[in-house]
This record gives sequence, C-alpha cells and structure tokens, in this order.
Amino acid sequence: MTGHIHRDDFGSRLGMWLFLVTEMVLFGGLFIAYSYMRYRYPAEFHHGGSELNVTLGVINTVVLLTSSLTVVLAIVAVQRAEKRRAMAFLGTTLVLGLTFLVIKSFEWGAKFHHGLYPNSPHLATLPPGEQVFFGLYFTMTGLHGLHVIAGLSVLGVMLWWVATDRIRQDHYIHLENGGLYWHLVDVIWIFLLPLFYLAA
Amino acid sequence: MSEHVEQSSEHAVEHPGYGTFIKVWVVLLILTGCLVGMSLVSQTYAVWGLLTLTPLKAGLVFYFFMHLRYEGPLFKIVILVTLGTLLIFFALLFSDVAFR
Repeated sequence: MTGHIHRDDFGSRLGMWLFLVTEMVLFGGLFIAYSYMRYRYPAEFHHGGSELNVTLGVINTVVLLTSSLTVVLAIVAVQRAEKRRAMAFLGTTLVLGLTFLVIKSFEWGAKFHHGLYPNSPHLATLPPGEQVFFGLYFTMTGLHGLHVIAGLSVLGVMLWWVATDRIRQDHYIHLENGGLYWHLVDVIWIFLLPLFYLAA
Repeated sequence: MSEHVEQSSEHAVEHPGYGTFIKVWVVLLILTGCLVGMSLVSQTYAVWGLLTLTPLKAGLVFYFFMHLRYEGPLFKIVILVTLGTLLIFFALLFSDVAFR
C-alpha cells in the first residue's frame, strides 16, 4: 500500500540548501557592505562598537550555539525513535531561541533609551560613520532577529509534528530541513558577534 | 537473514551519536572563548580572531551540525560556488576601493 508514496529526501535537502545559499548571499551582501564601511570609517566603527554590550553579545552566542546543539540532538533522538527525548531537545531549543530574543530586546531597549534607534534625532547628531555603524547594526541584527522568529515558528511546528508522530524514525526530513535553517541562523550570528561586539 | 541485520547495523553507523555533536559544541564554546580572549588583548588580535576563528566555527557548524560531512559532493559544490561568488564580489569591491 505504501509502495506508491513518492519520497525524495535527497531532493528535499537539496531544495533546502538552495534556499539557504540565497540566505547566505543576502547576508553576504550586508557583510560586504559592513567591510567597506568599516574600512572607510575605522574610528567611528570602533567608537560605535564600544557602546555595545559585549557580555550580552557573548551570552547570546552561547545561547544560540547551545540551541543549535539541541536541534541536532533532537534529530539523533528521532533516528533512535526516542520520541520523548526528541521533544525535550526541541522544547529546549525553543526556550533558548526565546531567551535569545528576550536578551536582544533588552539590548535594543537600552539603545532606544539612549536615543539610538533608526532615524532618531540623537543619531542624526552623530558623525556619518557612527550613523552608518548603527544603521548596519540595526539592519543586520534586526534581519537576523526576524530569522530567529521564523526559525522558532518552524521548530514549533516540528515539535508538534514529533508529538503527533508525523515526524518519526522512518520519516524526519522536515525536522532535518528545519534544523538546517536554524543552524544557518546560528552561523550568521557567529559572524555578527565579532563584527559588531568584538572586532569593531 | 544475518546479512539483513548486518546491513541495518551498518546503516545505523552512518548516523552519528549524541557524543559527536556534544564534542563539536564544546569545541565551539572553546573557540568562542578564544575569540573573546583575543579581542581583549588588542584590536589587531581581535581582527585576526575574526578572520580565522569565526570561519572555523562556521565551518564546524556546516560540517557537523548541518551534516555536510555525511552528504555527497553536490551540496559541497553548491556551497563552495556560493562562497566563491561572494568572494569575487568582495574582491571586486576592494580592488575598486584600493585604486580610487
């Protein structure tokens, strides 16, 4: 009966990877823009970077790296038909992703409090290089934040599908692809940490 | 019958266990620590950390967490072509900037 169901897991993964490379090009363009602007305004970027909270940036890195681990562990658990464990790993990922967003919102909130937000009157008084720095900061971390929200939504559905056995030992390609997306979001943050918090 | 069992156990070996990924995660945390440490030393070290440790961390996530290690050559080619394209654009931009 099940013989007629067509499945192409390799094709699914290839499709996901093709989508992911478009994401890499999207952020890659912004990274190139950052490199040029940093080359042009080194002092302003240094000053802008010194206003960011390194501790929060590093904590968020550890949070995202750990959430990447728990996604990949959830896949191992599904491969071993350990459903409860898979759900626990995915649940942990969701909590960590939300933690990332909460920390990010505190960080942005502090910036807003100091009059630093896109198109703010205070920002307009700063030198052009710092305006560019904060423009890139809000654009890149904001776009990344949207990806975190998208990834959390996808992984929320994955958790539901594991719970309802739609994702199981012999059929888990959706979880693999959802995980790939989450890892890419993690990789982008791996680059954002040094660019804005450490080496600016 | 025994051949079938052998095959399925061989298939199971293809999937890495929890341990592999936990080890990679520990390495990623150590590299993050090194990156932060280098940025505390000086600006030059921070930039070197950015240029060396960050791609290494990204590579580990791609290779292990994103299962590239267990995929065929096609996916690797797709990613290398993408990164190569970005590198060309980067080189074009800076060759323009340098001779302005």
